[in-house]
Amino acid sequence: MAVSFTVNGEMRQVDLPPEMPLLWVLREGLNLTGTKFGCGIASCGACTVHLDGQAVRSCQVTLADVAGSQVVTIEGLGNPAALHAVQAAWIAGQVAQCGYCQSGQIMQAAALLAKNPAPSDDEIDAAMEGNLCRCGTYPRIRAAVHDAAKRLSGV
Amino acid sequence: MGKVMKIARRGFLFGSVAILGGVAFGWWKYETPYGNPLEGGEGATLNPYVLIDAQGITIIAPRAEMGQGVQTTLAALVAEEMDLTLDQVRVIHGPASAAYYNSAILGEGVPFAPTDFGRVAEAVRAAMEVPAKFLGLQMTGGSSSVPDAYDKMRVAGAAARAALVQAAALRLGVAAEALRTEGGAVVAPDGTKLTYVELAEAAAGIELDAEPVLKAPAAWTVLGKSQARVDVVAKSTGTAVYTADLRLPGMLFASARTNPRLGGAVKGYDASAAEAMAGVVKVVPVPGGAAVVAQTTWTAMQAVEAIAFDWGEAPYPATSAEIATAMAFNFTQEFRDSVNRDDGDVETALAAGDVFEAAYTVPYLAHATMEPMTAAALLKDGKLTIWAGNQFPTQAQAEGAALTGLPAEAVTVETLAMGGGFGRRAEMDIIRQAVTLAMAVEGKPVLLTWSREEDMTHDGYRPAALGQVRAKLEGGRIAAFDFGTCSSSVIESQGGRLGFSVPGPDGAIVQGAWEQPYRFAHHRVTGYRAPAMVPVGSWRSVGASQNAFFHESAVDELAHLAGADPVQFRLDHIDHGPSREVISAVAKLADWGRVAAGRAKGFAFCMSFGVPVAEVVEVEQGPSGIRITGAWAAVDVGVALDPRNIEAQVTGAMVYGLSAAVRGEITFADGMAEQRTFWDYEPLRMPQVPPMQVVVLQNLERIRGIGEPGLPPVAPALANAIFALTGQRLRGLPLAKAVAFA
Repeated sequence: MAVSFTVNGEMRQVDLPPEMPLLWVLREGLNLTGTKFGCGIASCGACTVHLDGQAVRSCQVTLADVAGSQVVTIEGLGNPAALHAVQAAWIAGQVAQCGYCQSGQIMQAAALLAKNPAPSDDEIDAAMEGNLCRCGTYPRIRAAVHDAAKRLSGV
Repeated sequence: MGKVMKIARRGFLFGSVAILGGVAFGWWKYETPYGNPLEGGEGATLNPYVLIDAQGITIIAPRAEMGQGVQTTLAALVAEEMDLTLDQVRVIHGPASAAYYNSAILGEGVPFAPTDFGRVAEAVRAAMEVPAKFLGLQMTGGSSSVPDAYDKMRVAGAAARAALVQAAALRLGVAAEALRTEGGAVVAPDGTKLTYVELAEAAAGIELDAEPVLKAPAAWTVLGKSQARVDVVAKSTGTAVYTADLRLPGMLFASARTNPRLGGAVKGYDASAAEAMAGVVKVVPVPGGAAVVAQTTWTAMQAVEAIAFDWGEAPYPATSAEIATAMAFNFTQEFRDSVNRDDGDVETALAAGDVFEAAYTVPYLAHATMEPMTAAALLKDGKLTIWAGNQFPTQAQAEGAALTGLPAEAVTVETLAMGGGFGRRAEMDIIRQAVTLAMAVEGKPVLLTWSREEDMTHDGYRPAALGQVRAKLEGGRIAAFDFGTCSSSVIESQGGRLGFSVPGPDGAIVQGAWEQPYRFAHHRVTGYRAPAMVPVGSWRSVGASQNAFFHESAVDELAHLAGADPVQFRLDHIDHGPSREVISAVAKLADWGRVAAGRAKGFAFCMSFGVPVAEVVEVEQGPSGIRITGAWAAVDVGVALDPRNIEAQVTGAMVYGLSAAVRGEITFADGMAEQRTFWDYEPLRMPQVPPMQVVVLQNLERIRGIGEPGLPPVAPALANAIFALTGQRLRGLPLAKAVAFA
């Protein structure tokens, strides 16, 4: 039985097993590959998306869970022609190295800034703790979140 | 063969060849049996660095991007000489080709210290170009990409520009000297502009009669300036394509499981439950296990877990304790691999008096790239295509040919962006599996993705290692220093997996120890080779990752014994100018000698891959444990082509090294790695990573790469800081086994 939900503002009907993790629904059902598989058990944060405005690990949410919900992925946050402020800050700060974790980092940061428009370093650290980066871009992520906060508040 | 200009001083043949609607510039290869990546030569092969056609200007940067920014920096070498900016070009990795051999990677394997520029050392380095060329290793690693490309790619850009200017001169009837280049066009004195694209076909017929003159660094507008990475927009918008993101018509998805007792046999398996699962296409045996091909990766991962395997025994001691015993047994003269340095008379000097003795240990480490191992393959119509983020495309091509029985020309390797490499993606394990699956589902592309657990438990690990130092102080200085280090050989283990047999001592066992610029009157460095046990491989900075911890912990202990300041103590024993400069620079940057109440700083130095690096780490004791509150580094790469990227590489290497130093450890029980995912092999998370500062100097005698050298000093700097804070000397990694961290 197909499940209906909204992805990046568009209503989608997906005919896949209801217990399939949202991560794989996005990546292989809908070809939205910006959301990454890193561990499958919520230890790395690479698969972070927004579910009804909350940052969630899409490997821990099933297709059945998202019926009728709003899902936003990195592709829906912004795109190269129309960047979200967080993405613009990430580019200005040259954050990415291998880049594999950055979709999740950006989605987590965008969710933080939606709730807390001017987070402190400690608040950024606490919000981003679930998102691993093996290239060690953390210092630049911290700086980029501050930059994004300024961009969003129009300073 | 197209128009050629011999550049005698470098022994290269530069030239061009006409391609459909344009021109390719690069180096002609000669006297080698390799195929032509452009398939257009007449008996000779062009390895192009620049293609210009109606679509625009493409720079080929034939080293793989694993996050280190190499595609950006290599492209900048060409762009600078062509008066282009990076936003005016497309940058690609290009095909697997032996033409893109890496000579620098072998040049640093020679038995001369990187500070030795004597006649013999230089002659041997030059001779290493020959075997490298004939081995045809197109490999990314060893912090070698920039030193390898620095001349070749600048000359390619300069010669391409010269040919385009000549073509414009002929078309306009103006002397070449009167023309200038700007923004992808040749500009005449009257303002007439001819774009490179419109000149491309004509430039293919130009024969240059002199080697183009490279720009002086003072005239650089791209090199030496921090560049926006060519991949930064894609990597910030989810549009970069990693191997895992490849989607082809009819694609199938797979996952694999092999014996977690590494190298052990599979005695049998029952796949009936897996085969009965909806969406499963096929269960395929692979060496040491099986893979499931399915309609989705999720199905394949579940199905492969549903296979009941009967695993054979591990071909090595089954527990960490037994492995440690075997290692200790091999730490004797009988198992000596090399004596790389033997100044003075260490034995006599240490025969009497107060002798300092200390033993150090480090564990196995996994690479744990963010993207688990992935590879895709398609076998169709007698041709094989392999897609993989990999550090060794020529090897992937050879392995694909061997498995399928196809000639190498029928095998194409597409090197995609890697979600982290750190040395792991020079291995061929998953590429072989992907090719095996492509043969089993011939005609359909198949994308193989390992689970995190498969990835963590099937690695070529950083070897566990033991260090032993005996030393003696005289008059507050180190008079004698006897350094021993013991581990399994990475070259033997990793080379063996690739089918190479490398005779002689393994320089990686003593890397980061023997070539240090310390001057002690009696100084010996000995490497001991433990037997091949658990598979080991190249892990960011390789042998220097363990030896710097042994060496710099010991030197710190000796500084404290001597009652000396650890920074001044290093300066008292090091006479290499650029090394002294980085030590002084980091001391200044970190305000060495001053600490806030309740905090302490530690220092360490290591020269690896020819790059001197000095680092300071600061710690404090918090209520829940030790917190790292600051980290500083000074490095010298000779010529800093992209300062902001160098800073990123150094901070990244420090975070990777700190993760290992604090809690990185792979242990074995029943022949299997006990750590399976990021909860039990947990890298540092953002709250544990302090603010960091890096200063980049340019005093070194020649240009060097920076992907790895930032790593080795950070573990000893942290351990030395903890000693300064608590008085507790920690001689084993990971440190969290002995002290609590916040």
